[in-house]
Amino acid sequence: MLLIKCPFCGPRPELEFSYGGQAHIARPKDPASLDDESWAEYLYIRSNPKGLHAERWRHIHGCARFFNVQRNTASDAIVATYKIGEEPPKPVDPGLEEWSSRSGAAL
Amino acid sequence: MRYRLPAGGRIDRSKPLSFHFDGKKYSGFAGDTLASALIANGAHLVGRSFKYHRPRGIMSAGADEPNALVGVGSEEARYTPNLRATQIELYNGLVAESQNRWPSLSLDFSGANDLFSRFLPAGFYYKTFMWPASAWKKLYEPMIRRAAGLGRAPEAADADRYTQVYGHCDVLVVGAGPAGLAAALAAARSGVKVFVCDEQDQMGGSLLSEREATIDGQGAADWLAQTIRELKSRTNVVLLRRTTAFGWYPHNFLGLCERVTDHLGLAITKQPRERMWQVRAREVVLATGAIERPLVFPDNDRPGIMMAEAARTYLNRYGVLPGSRAVVFTACDSAYRAALELKSAGVEIAAIADVRSAPNGRWMERARAAGIDVRPSTVIAGTYGRLRISHADLARISGGTMGHPETFACDLLLMSAGFTPSVHLFSQSRGKLVYDEDLKAYLPGTSVERERSVGACRGVFDLGASLADGFAGGLSAAKALGGTAAAEHKFSVFAQSLGRDGFIGAPPSGGKSRRTRAWVDFQNDVTAKDIELATREGFRSIEHVKRYTTTGMATDQGKTSNMNALGIVSQTLALPASQVGLTTFRPPYTPTTFGAFAGQSRGELFDPVRKTSIHEWARENGAVFEDVSLWKRAHYFPRPGEDMHAAVRRECKATRESVGIFDATTLGKIEVVGKDAAEFMNRMYTNAWTKLEPGRLRYGVMLREDGFVMDDGVVGRMSPDRFHVTTTTGGAARVLALMEDYLQTEWSDLDVWLTSTTEQWAVIAVQGPNARKVLEPLVHGIDISQQAMPHMSVQEGHICGVPTRLFRVSFTGELGFEVNVPMGYGRGVWEAIYAAGREFGITPYGTETMHVLRAEKGYIIVGQETDGTVTPDDVGLAWAIGKAKKDFVGKRSLARPAMSRSDRKQLVGLLTVDPNIVLEEGAQVVADPSEPVPMTMIGHVTSSYWSVALDRSIALALVQGGRARIGSRLSVPIPSGPVTVEVVQPIFYDPEGKRLDG
Repeated sequence: MLLIKCPFCGPRPELEFSYGGQAHIARPKDPASLDDESWAEYLYIRSNPKGLHAERWRHIHGCARFFNVQRNTASDAIVATYKIGEEPPKPVDPGLEEWSSRSGAAL
Repeated sequence: MRYRLPAGGRIDRSKPLSFHFDGKKYSGFAGDTLASALIANGAHLVGRSFKYHRPRGIMSAGADEPNALVGVGSEEARYTPNLRATQIELYNGLVAESQNRWPSLSLDFSGANDLFSRFLPAGFYYKTFMWPASAWKKLYEPMIRRAAGLGRAPEAADADRYTQVYGHCDVLVVGAGPAGLAAALAAARSGVKVFVCDEQDQMGGSLLSEREATIDGQGAADWLAQTIRELKSRTNVVLLRRTTAFGWYPHNFLGLCERVTDHLGLAITKQPRERMWQVRAREVVLATGAIERPLVFPDNDRPGIMMAEAARTYLNRYGVLPGSRAVVFTACDSAYRAALELKSAGVEIAAIADVRSAPNGRWMERARAAGIDVRPSTVIAGTYGRLRISHADLARISGGTMGHPETFACDLLLMSAGFTPSVHLFSQSRGKLVYDEDLKAYLPGTSVERERSVGACRGVFDLGASLADGFAGGLSAAKALGGTAAAEHKFSVFAQSLGRDGFIGAPPSGGKSRRTRAWVDFQNDVTAKDIELATREGFRSIEHVKRYTTTGMATDQGKTSNMNALGIVSQTLALPASQVGLTTFRPPYTPTTFGAFAGQSRGELFDPVRKTSIHEWARENGAVFEDVSLWKRAHYFPRPGEDMHAAVRRECKATRESVGIFDATTLGKIEVVGKDAAEFMNRMYTNAWTKLEPGRLRYGVMLREDGFVMDDGVVGRMSPDRFHVTTTTGGAARVLALMEDYLQTEWSDLDVWLTSTTEQWAVIAVQGPNARKVLEPLVHGIDISQQAMPHMSVQEGHICGVPTRLFRVSFTGELGFEVNVPMGYGRGVWEAIYAAGREFGITPYGTETMHVLRAEKGYIIVGQETDGTVTPDDVGLAWAIGKAKKDFVGKRSLARPAMSRSDRKQLVGLLTVDPNIVLEEGAQVVADPSEPVPMTMIGHVTSSYWSVALDRSIALALVQGGRARIGSRLSVPIPSGPVTVEVVQPIFYDPEGKRLDG
């Protein structure tokens, strides 16, 4: 069970949270102006990296707030958690950067 | 107990115990395991093997035991199959039985499988039971299930109680052998909070069987006792005996299963049988030890053939002689120690066959000095004896050929190929393993989690080195926590080194391996030949070899077999072992009961139950309930002698003709409040809300962003900045989550607050032409006349002195009200309405009648008429879309071409030509029933009922291009033949809606 640091409440076990999918996918300001392909991209296309992944979690059984998490999908290491609207921090763990660049190279 | 020594061991001879095995009475002592007590009685034959039903004996003395699986328990509700006899603590009155044999252990009919073994090679099931497919279910599977398999599952519900507890510690030490205890000492002396767990009933690991080694000037047993005393005396230490760390989950979260009462036997206890610890440890020290490897030689599976260290454990820990004359087959030094100790206890050592060409060192010299016949470059070429080993053939290998075998009589054969470090938990933590050529073993390499391995589980075998390694590991864990570590400690240890030799794979056999069977995986009956065959048939990946041969796939997960299988693949493919790779370790380390995982979540506690405040009234009045998500809802209210159909007909009729009362409390409710509440509603729902006046209701439709219907419900505008939103019963949490998602992450600038009020309001639906007459005398401050309170309006006031939000709304098509009152008043107001309705024959109705009445009106139910691929237009709700709105969730998706195709499935009504046929919900709709199967399916029935009002059956269906087919005939094939249906408008009763006003 992951130990997730809610930016509002502190570290809590995973079962207090619900998963919210990939982070930093903003709803287009004017959906009507998008062509079908761009809208489909927004709706359906998500990344599936082996390595660093920015994702949303919600502290559903706590403060009920959404927030963002950077997690290494290969090791489950959580690198950072931050509030909605905040800039994602740059990865600080050099091993992790190596991970992401390696998986990038493999693609 | 012929084989029990008069003194020695850690058993209590003052506490004799009696037990039954296969109906025969035996005796043992407190401190015995079932295995040690059986061996003390000379009983080695304890089971039959999985596939060939070969007689099998006790091979090990611990968790790695592959053969001695037994069923334990005298009563069915406490019977447990497949327990390892080596881990069952003996208690007075224990009843155990062998498994996988019929009619008896010594005479087993399926043993014939063994004679036909050459027709049962690796992959036999895949090759033989392929065709015909129809035979699988009726013939092959039942046959295989009967023939193979382990113990039988008990048929009574488990009578025991299980519990779960969370644990938090700074350092968790897994394993309390010398390395683990040293680590625990170091961490405990550093002042951090320490948990120590060990799967055995006593802590000490290998020290429990140690004879001659001394630590800090004391005998091993004395040092052990003193160490445990010190750990116990510290308040920062928790010692967990009989506790198996079975699984590693992310972020240093470990599952521990503590067996609390099994060893107490039949004693009455209030304790749970097992306690599941879910431990979050800041640092972990793995001191999980190592498992001795068998040697792979012909017929190496007879009862009386056991691991050399196991024999030593039976002798030193349990005071039991595992035999009287032993042959030893080894590839390492430790078996010499076992031979010497057994000899000094009176076991004759016939010979030691050593695979190594030039064994040397202190242990070998001591064996020779003791007069033991030591034979280098020698293997065992075969064994004899049906239910117990009687002879062994020893043959010298030179220049790749096998010499003439020499036969030795024996009743015990000890084997040792060296030790396999237990890296299970390390590997589960996703740590990277590294192959050690020298040790022929995988060792922990790079860590992923906050842990370190110490002692034998990372290849540090010698006692002194292991203690030092453990202590250093404990200090490093304490330091990693940022505190001050305790002082270093140098252990002064006297113990003869055991070297690091080992062997994996099959020892040389002089080219005779094809004809003989040498077991690799004892529990799944896999031989060296099977693995060679798999490689010949082209399987190269160890993961594929594993699945094809089933090696390592038994309940012991290959604890004794995986490295030998890997060695054989390496030998036959001429690949270095490090390149063959290792199969994945998965939890649990040893089989763990479902009870421990379930904990208290059984029976009524399996899931939470939600009940309305009117539930008890319904129960008292004979309601039959159904589960709707977690809610219990009254399904119907049968009168004596009525079945569901009769009750529903009566409830429908009463509601249409006079008045019915229905508990709608389970509807989801969300209070949407704030300056921007209307704007928020505009964005979340398809409808337009800006112009909805306070005091009015509107039916709202919510889409997902992909344009499909997600939920619906009636929404009341209580004031300009306040909406009372209702949702479907099952969708309440989903709708609130979606609203919160948009509010928090997309539109955080909106001034809106969302509050779930589902459990705050009891909702009583009063429906039927007399509904107003029933309510009129009960309300205060509300004019519920037609003029003052038209359909789809809401008023606040009082009913029976209780504050209410009174909705004028109908889900039946009749004049109707929904009375919202604070939850605690639900039953009181319900009873008052019921009493007032008596003169009109007010009839309580359940969800089934509710469904029929709404279907007669063509009102959809989200999740029944919709399935996540249905647009508002598909179900005839295009009118609910605010066309003038620039945007709402799902709007852009509705503009995608696929969403407006004319052949989309659309909601229609179906009337069977024979009015008495009620279609099955879910039945497929076809245009041409004469087509061969599979026919072209153009839709399906979503709702189907008998309508009392129409005195015939009715159905709703989603049909391709359905609206254009209205007036035509289609067909619904059912097992008895096609049913012809007429496609009609999806509204059957009062299409003009005149009845809404009574």
